[in-house]
Amino acid sequence: MADVLSVEAPAGAIALADTSRGTERLHRAIFIGLAAVLLVAPYLAYPVFVMKVMCFALFALAFNLLLGYGGLLSFGHAAYFGMSSYVCAYVAKNWGLTPELAILSGVLVAGLLGLAFGALAIRRQGIYFAMITLALAQMAFFFSLQAPKFTGGEDGIQAVPRGKLFGLIDLTGDRALYYVVAIIFMAGLLLIYRIIHSPFGQVCKAIRDNEPRAISLGYRANQYKLAVFVLSAMLAGLAGATKAIVFQLASLTDVHWSMSGEVVLMTLVGGLGTVFGPIVGALVIVSMQNYLASLGAWVTVVQGVIFVVCVLLFREGIVGVIAKKIGRPL
Amino acid sequence: MFELLGIPPQALFGQVLLGLINGSFYAILSLGLAVIFGLLNIINFAHGAQYMMGAFVAWMCLNYLGINYWAALLIAPLIVGVFGVLIERFLIARLANLDHLYGLLLTFGLALIIQGLFRNNYGSSGLPYQIPDALKGGQNLGFMFLPNYRGWVVGASLVVCLVTWFMIEKTRLGAYLRAATENPTLTQAFGINVPLLVTLTYGFGVALAAFAGVLAAPIYSVNPNMGADLIIVVFAVVVIGGMGSIMGAIVTGFGLGLVEGLTKVFYPEASATVIFIIMVLVLLVKPAGLFGRAA
Repeated sequence: MADVLSVEAPAGAIALADTSRGTERLHRAIFIGLAAVLLVAPYLAYPVFVMKVMCFALFALAFNLLLGYGGLLSFGHAAYFGMSSYVCAYVAKNWGLTPELAILSGVLVAGLLGLAFGALAIRRQGIYFAMITLALAQMAFFFSLQAPKFTGGEDGIQAVPRGKLFGLIDLTGDRALYYVVAIIFMAGLLLIYRIIHSPFGQVCKAIRDNEPRAISLGYRANQYKLAVFVLSAMLAGLAGATKAIVFQLASLTDVHWSMSGEVVLMTLVGGLGTVFGPIVGALVIVSMQNYLASLGAWVTVVQGVIFVVCVLLFREGIVGVIAKKIGRPL
Repeated sequence: MFELLGIPPQALFGQVLLGLINGSFYAILSLGLAVIFGLLNIINFAHGAQYMMGAFVAWMCLNYLGINYWAALLIAPLIVGVFGVLIERFLIARLANLDHLYGLLLTFGLALIIQGLFRNNYGSSGLPYQIPDALKGGQNLGFMFLPNYRGWVVGASLVVCLVTWFMIEKTRLGAYLRAATENPTLTQAFGINVPLLVTLTYGFGVALAAFAGVLAAPIYSVNPNMGADLIIVVFAVVVIGGMGSIMGAIVTGFGLGLVEGLTKVFYPEASATVIFIIMVLVLLVKPAGLFGRAA
């Protein structure tokens, strides 16, 4: 399975050889540009919409870390996103924890869940891995459905207090919360960028490209895979918990398997195995859902068509195509 | 025998029967998945949607054309099977040399499209489908009441499963199929049209799903989401059984349906998750599944 999913690998290899300095500069420029856009975005667009995009972008980035750089297609990432969102909402509402602690507990639970599910799933590869993660995630869904004391069942957890950050900064207003979410998002993105370009990330990519060879070089492939799985789950959890604070709601939609499909779609549209692709993908899909909402079930059809087109004709995704055009990995 | 472990026998056998019926659907669907996976190496995510299509085609046949249940039992799998053949020829065949995960993603997209289209036309509320006259009523077996239709479903799916198993394991056509699974290039060199075999196999797997859909139509209400959640359970069944084996799909399908039914009697809260819990336990002991060969 290692050979084909690595859309980015050849381009990346060339870039490492001769243009790494220029690529680094380009990436820095993109980071600064992104930060600038995020700084002014709430004045140009509805802040809650931008926050939604950022939450899903972070989710897609987390997913892409696993698939694009670890070569592991998890079809159950909604579990970490959704469960973390429940935990965050629950402790913020019932225990009265401050938002940063609530988000932190969500991330921790997502990490533990990722550790348990990942340890089981990495025993198999490829399609089996995808099916096992999907089935495990469905367990989390049924748990959420049948433990109404914790999750509120069909109603979800509503009216989650946004609270005061560190007990000081009031997040009730959208503007203040927006900048907190923006900081969380940028921090997540930087962390993922750091992971990808660390020796750890390089080993993960090596395992993705050729696992037997990596093992013969002495790397314990399963430990690396599990580590990247847990990291991805925690980052997905960070996205889910943040979303619970933003929308003051944790609901069944976030744990349902169609959410796992949606995050795959975002990553695929943006560009698998690119650093910035998932952000673009999330922006495209979330905008589509927002502006086409009046079409009802047609949104599902449109999403399905995009899925099919991406798989058949457009496997590199938007950012992947741009990266190819300019000859630099993005 | 008035009570068994504190459960009235009526309730116990009722749930066992219900479990067997669910098991029939698990068995046919996981069998279809196994047949498709064997030759195409693709997890057919659209299987649930194709099962739903089978139910809908039967419903349409009855309500638009006046074609009865028995004819629909043949026509619906045929129509949906042809649809599957077209999908294989024009879409899936293009992914032949790519990572198999792309096949999963493609069929996932197809499932979204199919389900969305049906939801647009028929809503999500569900349409009734009458039990055919010949199968109305039931038998009093003394210890329980057996509705005729439910008995028919279990019987029919057992027969279909066994016939499929026989075809694949014991006939010449099945031998070609198994050869093509092992080594497509070599099989082709012997003059066997492997691409055609692949297309027909996909069509056959899809037809199996549609057949299950027609069987399901009178029991569950016909609605666009009927396959979506079922398919995840079937995936778990497939993981437990091990994908390599046709027999594994049949045995685990019926077995897990039964286990699920029994769980509903003794500990109803766990009935939705018991299959996934079993999956975890099996994975811990045998990562390749109960009947699977280690990869």
